[in-house]
Amino acid sequence: MLSTQNFRFTKVGQYGIYLAFLILCVVLAFSTPRFFTVSNLLIIGTQVSINALLAFGVTFVIITGGIDLSLGSMVAVTGVVAATFAHPDTYPLAVPLLAGIGSGLLFGAFNGLVITKSKVPPFIVTLGTMTIGRGLALIISKGRPVSNLSDTFNFIGGGNVFGIPFPIIILIVAFIVCTVILNKTVLGRYMYAVGGNESAARASGIRVGNVKMWVYTICGILSAMGGILLTARITTGQPNAGAGFELDAIAAAIIGGTSTSGGTGTMTGTLIGALLIGVISNSLDLLNVTSYYQQVVMGVIIIGAVVLDGFGKKD
Amino acid sequence: MPDFILTVNQLSKSFSGIKALDNISFNLRRGEVHALMGENGAGKSTFMKILIGLLTPDSGEIVFEGKNLHDSNVGDTLKKGISMIHQEILIVPELTVAQNIFLGREKAFGVKRGWIPGLLDDSAINEKSAQILQQLGVDISPDIKMKHLSVAQMQMVEIAKAISNEAKVIIMDEPTSAISDKEVEMLFKMIRDLKSKGVSIIYISHKMDEIFRISDTITVLRDGKYIGTKSAEELDHNSLIAMMVGREIGQMFPEGNASIGEEVLSVENLGKKGKFANISFKVHAGEIVGLAGLMGAGRTEIARAIFGLDKMDEGMIRISGETVQIDSPLKALKNGIGYVSEDRKGLGFIPRMSVKNNVTLSSMKRHQKGIFINTKSEEADTAQMIADLRIKTSGMDQKVSTLSGGNQQKVVIGKVLLAAPQLIILDEPTRGVDVGAKFEIYKLIRNLAENGMAIIMISSELPEILGMSDRIVVLSKGRQTATLSRQEATQELIMRNAVV
Repeated sequence: MLSTQNFRFTKVGQYGIYLAFLILCVVLAFSTPRFFTVSNLLIIGTQVSINALLAFGVTFVIITGGIDLSLGSMVAVTGVVAATFAHPDTYPLAVPLLAGIGSGLLFGAFNGLVITKSKVPPFIVTLGTMTIGRGLALIISKGRPVSNLSDTFNFIGGGNVFGIPFPIIILIVAFIVCTVILNKTVLGRYMYAVGGNESAARASGIRVGNVKMWVYTICGILSAMGGILLTARITTGQPNAGAGFELDAIAAAIIGGTSTSGGTGTMTGTLIGALLIGVISNSLDLLNVTSYYQQVVMGVIIIGAVVLDGFGKKD
Repeated sequence: MPDFILTVNQLSKSFSGIKALDNISFNLRRGEVHALMGENGAGKSTFMKILIGLLTPDSGEIVFEGKNLHDSNVGDTLKKGISMIHQEILIVPELTVAQNIFLGREKAFGVKRGWIPGLLDDSAINEKSAQILQQLGVDISPDIKMKHLSVAQMQMVEIAKAISNEAKVIIMDEPTSAISDKEVEMLFKMIRDLKSKGVSIIYISHKMDEIFRISDTITVLRDGKYIGTKSAEELDHNSLIAMMVGREIGQMFPEGNASIGEEVLSVENLGKKGKFANISFKVHAGEIVGLAGLMGAGRTEIARAIFGLDKMDEGMIRISGETVQIDSPLKALKNGIGYVSEDRKGLGFIPRMSVKNNVTLSSMKRHQKGIFINTKSEEADTAQMIADLRIKTSGMDQKVSTLSGGNQQKVVIGKVLLAAPQLIILDEPTRGVDVGAKFEIYKLIRNLAENGMAIIMISSELPEILGMSDRIVVLSKGRQTATLSRQEATQELIMRNAVV
C-alpha cells in the first residue's frame, strides 16, 4: 500500500530530469534565437560527446556500487598513446585507434583487478590510479604535447559525415551499444544485481569479481574513446588533458538518476544528464554569462537533481 | 471504567485510495502487555507508525493521557512518553552504550567549561546510564561501544533508552526474532518489571507461544480492519489463528508421504574452528532432515559452509557418492545444492530488482542466447514460479522490496528452485512470515520432498522441526549431540540435547 505512494513520487523523480530538460530547451528556444539552430545544436552535440562517453562508462561502474575517479587520467593516457602512433605517413589509422583503445582497456582492467583482488574501496583505488595515470601520460609524452597528427586521425574529432560531426555519430553508436549491454545482456542484469545487493548476488551464484572486472574494463574502453576524440579534436595529444573530466561524467550520471548507492541507473538518464550539462553551459555562453557563474549554476543543478531523485527514492 | 492510558478511535489511513487502516479502535490499559496480532499486511506497522507520529491519519483520534495526539511528530510522541523498539534495532555501532541511550538529548547534559559552552560531559551520561541499566537489572557497562554487544543486549539498551525517556508506552516490534531462548526469558522478566511499574507495552510478534505467555490482552487486525480485542485467557492457539486468518487452520503441518530414495548429500566430520566440529550426516532424495539447536549452536554456519559461503577447515562433502570441493556458492549451485538463507534481506533478494529478475538470477544460464537475455524463456519460468509458489504480486515486474515478507521468501525459494538443485537447504524458512504463508511454505516443502528433492531444514521453532522432519540432527555449541528419527523425537528430547 505504501508502495503505491512511493511509486508516484518515483515517477516524478524519474521523469523530473526529462521534464526539466524539456522545459529548459523550450525556454531557451524562445529566449535565445540562436539556441534552436541546427548549427548550434550540432555544436552542443559535439561538445557533449566526450563527457557523454565517459558518463556512459561511469554509469556502469556506479550501477555496480563502485566509482571511477581515474576517467580524466585515462583520457590523457589514451590520448597521448593514440597520438604517438598518429603522425602522418607512419601507421595506418587502425594502429593509433587500437593502441588508444587497448591502453584504455588495460588501464580499466587494472582498476578492476586491484578493486576485486585487494578489497580496497574503488574510491581509493581509482584515486590512486588517477595519479598514476597522470604520471604515465607525462612519462609517455615526455611532458610535451604530442602534435603533428595525420588528417585522417584528426577527422575523428573534426570531420563531418553527411553534415553530422563525427563525434556525434560516435556518441549515438556508443549510446546504443551501452543501452543494449545494460538492458539486454546477462552482464547488464548482473551489474544491477551486484549493485543492488552484492552478498545476495554472490549467493545467487554470480561471479561478482568478474562483473566488476568487466565494468571497469568497459569504463576504460569508453574513456579511451573519449581520449581519442579529444586528441583528434584539438589535434594534439595533451598529457594534461582531461583533468576534472571524471567529475563532469559522474555529475551527468547522477543528474540522470543513477544512484551512488548502486543498483539503479539508465543510459538514457545519463545521456540526458550529459545533454543538460551541455545545454546549460552552451546557453550561458550564448547569454554571455561568464564561466565563473557557469560553475556555480552547474553545482546547484547537480544538487538539485539529487534532491529531486532522493525525494523519489525515500522508503 | 478501566484506566486507559491510550485510546484510539476510528482511525483510518489510506494510501492512494487503498485503505491501509479502516476504522481501527484500540484501548491500552496502564500497565498491561497488549499484543497486536495480524498477518503481514494486516496494518500493524501502519498503525504503529501513526502512533509514534511517523504518519498522520486521515481520520480518527488518538488520545494519550487525556490529550489528543493529533499532528504530533516523532519528537513530540517521544517526549510525551511513547517509545518504539524496532525490529531492526536502530543504533550507532561506533558510539558507546551511554551515548546511544542519550543520543539526541545530549543538551540536557551539556556543560560549560570556562567560556566554551555546550561541551559534552560523557561522565554524566555514563553515570545516568549505569543507573538505568542497573535499575533494569542489566549487566552492561555504559562506556563500551555498541558494536561489541549481542543483539539481545542492544535490545536491552533500547529499552533503557525508552526508560530514560520516561516512556509510558513502549512498542516492541518482533523483539524476539533474533535472540536466544535464554535472552527471551530475560526480556520477559524485564517486561514484567516494567508492567509492575505501570508501563504499558504494545507487543507485536508472530510467535504464538510468546504471545500467550506474556500478554494480558490481544487485539487482532486483518486487512486493515479491526477484528477484535480479547483477554489472553479467553483465547487459545486455534481461536487466535482463526481470528487472524478468518478461518480455522486444522492441520498446521501437512502429512508427508515421500518415498526416501538414494543418498544425495553426505557430510563427514565437517569442522570450522570456533564454529563447529565433527558434523556428520546424510540426506537422501525425498528426505527432510531438520537441524535443531539453540541460537549459536552452529546450524547456519554449517549451512553456509556446505553452500560455499564460508570456508571450512576440515571434513568431506559427497554429492551422490562423489567427493566435491565447494568453495563458492556458484560451485555449490553447480553441484545441485541450493540455499535459502535465514537472512532474506542480506543474502536472499535484490530489493530494487523485479520479481522476474530476482527469480531468474541463479538460472540465467538457461535464459541466455549468447551474451543476450532470452526474455521469453525468462518470462515463462517466472510465470511458472509465480503460479507454482502462489506468489502474490501485481505482476512479474513488481519490485521485490514492495512485497510482503512471505512473498519475498517465496521469490527467494523460487530463485533457488529454478537453479534446479537436488538438495535444498532452508534456513528458518518461515521466519517473519505470517501464518497463512507459513502453511503454504510447509506444503511446498512437502511437495518438493515428494518430487524427490533432498531437504535440510533449519528452524528455531521446535513444532516446525518436529512437524516436518524425517530425521533430526540436534546441535549444541557446534557439536552434534543427537540424531533422532521422526518416531523417537520429542520436544523434550530435542531440548535436552540442545542444551548439553
